[in-house]
Amino acid sequence: MSSEQRLAYWQANLRLVAACLAVWFLCSFGFGVLLVEELNRIRIGGFQLGFWFAQQGSIYVFVALIFFYAWRMNRIDQKFDVHED
Amino acid sequence: MSLQALTYIVVGMSFLLYIGIAVWSRAHTTGDFYIAGKGVSPLANGMATAADWMSAASFISMAGLIAFLGYDGSVYLMGWTGGYVLLALLLAPYLRKFGKFTVPEFIAERYYSKTARIVAVICLIFISFTYVAGQMRGVGIVFSRFLEVEVTTGLLIGMGVVFVYAVLGGMKGITYTQVAQYCVLIFAYTVPAVFIAIQITENPVPQLAFGSEITGTGTALLDKLDDIVTSLGFNQYTSGTKSRIDVFCITMALMVGTAGLPHVIVRFFTVPKVRDARLSAGWALLFIALLYTTAPAVGSMARYNLINTVQTGEVGAVDGNLEYAERPRWMHTWEQTGLVSYEDKNADGRIQYYDDTNPEFAGKAAEFGWHGNELSVDRDIMVLANPEIAGLPNWVIALVAAGGIAAALSTAAGLLLVISAAVSHDLIKGIFAPNISDKSELLAGRVAAAFAIVVAGYLGFDPPGWVAQVVAFAFGLAAASLFPVILLGIFWKGANKQGAIAGMLTGLIFTYGYIEFYKGLFLKWAGSPWGDNVAEHWLFGISPEGIGVVGMCLNFLVMVTVSRMTAPPPVHIQRMVDDIRVPRQGAESA
Repeated sequence: MSSEQRLAYWQANLRLVAACLAVWFLCSFGFGVLLVEELNRIRIGGFQLGFWFAQQGSIYVFVALIFFYAWRMNRIDQKFDVHED
Repeated sequence: MSLQALTYIVVGMSFLLYIGIAVWSRAHTTGDFYIAGKGVSPLANGMATAADWMSAASFISMAGLIAFLGYDGSVYLMGWTGGYVLLALLLAPYLRKFGKFTVPEFIAERYYSKTARIVAVICLIFISFTYVAGQMRGVGIVFSRFLEVEVTTGLLIGMGVVFVYAVLGGMKGITYTQVAQYCVLIFAYTVPAVFIAIQITENPVPQLAFGSEITGTGTALLDKLDDIVTSLGFNQYTSGTKSRIDVFCITMALMVGTAGLPHVIVRFFTVPKVRDARLSAGWALLFIALLYTTAPAVGSMARYNLINTVQTGEVGAVDGNLEYAERPRWMHTWEQTGLVSYEDKNADGRIQYYDDTNPEFAGKAAEFGWHGNELSVDRDIMVLANPEIAGLPNWVIALVAAGGIAAALSTAAGLLLVISAAVSHDLIKGIFAPNISDKSELLAGRVAAAFAIVVAGYLGFDPPGWVAQVVAFAFGLAAASLFPVILLGIFWKGANKQGAIAGMLTGLIFTYGYIEFYKGLFLKWAGSPWGDNVAEHWLFGISPEGIGVVGMCLNFLVMVTVSRMTAPPPVHIQRMVDDIRVPRQGAESA
């Protein structure tokens, strides 16, 4: 593996991680903590939205994020031909 | 059949199952013992990780904590799940590629330093013992309530069972036992939750039920709950009392702490491939989320049930409260354990349950002729008492007992293994006797595990009083000491030995010092020189539970500064970092 390729692979990884962590932060600290009162004015069924994110939504997003990352990362591995056999 | 006999049968059968699995999956090499021979499928590892992670605290205490804290309880829900995202994206795949046995071993090699290894081992042992003591205590409590034996006897039985499968089976035995334990505990948690959800809202899915209407009223459960708790002077259920910065920091400390906990990280050493490590973290969190999304539903419904039981009529009406003589059977049984207690302060023979610490409500309470809150309910009993409160059949109660024990045992076993690996692999093999044979090391690991069980049992039998407090400390410590060092070790080639040691020590000493000053953990200060443990005195308004975040930032800062000022790491270390960043074996040298 050439050093340019290695760098490109690593940067693709870092971009993906940064995007995922941005969503991670937004859905937990953003919606569940910092913006909770603003979001609580919106209601979904019997839930106030901010409260729902803090006690439910953020957790669903976390699960989805990890599976998404695993799937994307496998694709990147194959593209750069560094996947395991 | 009596409840006790049923419980004996259910718990006994679960024990037989665990021991059977342990005998079937005995460890033969140190590879089996430490990391299950790297042969665990991602799904099985995910389940085992979930059982390992969800302790007696998650199973027994968390829903009760949320029931009484309302929105503020969200810090535990987000904090103890969000850490897996960090783990999956930032640590697990790379540590798996590194492909060794323990966390201190990674730190030792990446920072080419035995000193760093010893500091890491100290952090690890402290964190793990703190946890394990709490688990053994949990086992003792469940035994004493449901099997009606002494706490000590319960503890000894629990120690015996863990001894058999942790010492015999090592990581391999523990992993497959934990898969079984996960099934037991999630079933035991979900069944009563579904029953109660149906009773209150007719919606069988707890996650949806607590956002549904209470049957026959047209009012949503959470709205009704907000209404009744505020009418009794409590804080509104769906909004918090903690400051935003504190909620932010506690959540962050728990998340980062989760990602830095050695007994969690080591689970990702057991899967065959890097890509399995990524996927496995997803499975682990999915299995954890099943319980963690049910817990807030259980919490809100338990709070509603509790208040409804006591406040039978209008607030303030003479006959609005339950007569003590007519209290339900579950209150009777739990009163005997001392975890529920009643004191008739205004001598009217009825139970008044309200917030008597709220000065704004005091006037109203006096008007009603209430002389203080008369009912105290220990938070830890909500999950255990829930099936009784909801009037569910005895087999459900027996199941919950078995689930609580499964949660405590699985976590205890995982922690004991991490401790034994730190002793036999990092200290004995890594530092004192590098030439020890594989067989002797395996024996040393088993002896260390046995010794750790005895110490844990002793701590559980005679908890030093600070176990519950130290849990927060353990997270803060993991966040402030291990996490930054591992993270920078992977993501920054410039991180060197001096930086890592200085960083770890700074994070550790700052975090420990702050908690010690406000909580008097070990030194038992009469009062902190900075003042009482209240928000006005905290640094930036951050409580000791959340201070690990500041410790972590200091660790990062010191590590970067010191690394910049001293010689960069040797070339072979930089190559090693290149190597762990790429999944395929040998792709680097090709």
